[in-house]
Amino acid sequence: MTLDPDLTILPADVWLRGYIGGTMIGIAAAIMLLGLGRIAGVSGLLARTMAISQSGMRKRVAAAFIVGLPLGGLLFELAFGPVLTRYPPSMLMLVVGGTVVGFGTRLGSGCTSGHGVCGVSRLSPRSLLATATFIGSGMLTVILMKYWELGW
Amino acid sequence: MTRDIAIGLFAGILFGAGLALSGMADPTRVRDFLDILGNWDPTLLFVMGGAIVPMAIAWFVRMQLEKPLAASRFALPDTNPIDARLLLGAVLFGIGWGISGLCPGPALVGIALVPGSALIFVVFMIFGMLMARLVARKEDS
Repeated sequence: MTLDPDLTILPADVWLRGYIGGTMIGIAAAIMLLGLGRIAGVSGLLARTMAISQSGMRKRVAAAFIVGLPLGGLLFELAFGPVLTRYPPSMLMLVVGGTVVGFGTRLGSGCTSGHGVCGVSRLSPRSLLATATFIGSGMLTVILMKYWELGW
Repeated sequence: MTRDIAIGLFAGILFGAGLALSGMADPTRVRDFLDILGNWDPTLLFVMGGAIVPMAIAWFVRMQLEKPLAASRFALPDTNPIDARLLLGAVLFGIGWGISGLCPGPALVGIALVPGSALIFVVFMIFGMLMARLVARKEDS
């Protein structure tokens, strides 16, 4: 299902929705930095919430942010209607993808938010390299999956 | 509810709503960005560009502040040391991202949008995080 551009105040252009949504993400990360003095890295905050990581902010604050994510999605759907979500067709991809994403983000100390948004905007050498690396390996993965016809 | 919890919750809601609006809650669109040889979709670049602007301003403002507005000190990670762990972690994360089209933020937002599939992904993501902790502990000991 997709949003009907005639029934919503949201812009129809996908790139503009991306830019405005991105701005909201950036403001949220700025609130975490200037308000709480912390990086809004989702993988780190999830690990903190699950007591997998002992360092970082108070567990309850990390948990509040993590609970806020689906809540934000829910409120968005209530306000503007269904969000387009085309998920992987097989359980195996969710299981393998989830496991590798969890393992990799902890080993590499961050994901798209912590490295890609917070670190890149700070011009952190670690984050610039990590972001270039995961985008590169992600591209290679999709290309190889298509080549081997494992794609979806 | 104390102030820092309220701030965390508000930031999470704004972040989650932003992801829903941005199109990044749709794994197929994310994979279309990664598929540079196919029907390439540049939306992710606009999302990152949009997010980096307020965040870059925030880093500038942070330099003028002695401490955060609602906490006693800034507690921020180091930016410099690059090691094998960082690189290997990023390579693996990219592989999982490519397979599924999902990274941690959109997967958590997905719990509200596509409960079954997103929850499976999140459960195994937490499992992967636990495995990483086991490996790190072995290396450190």
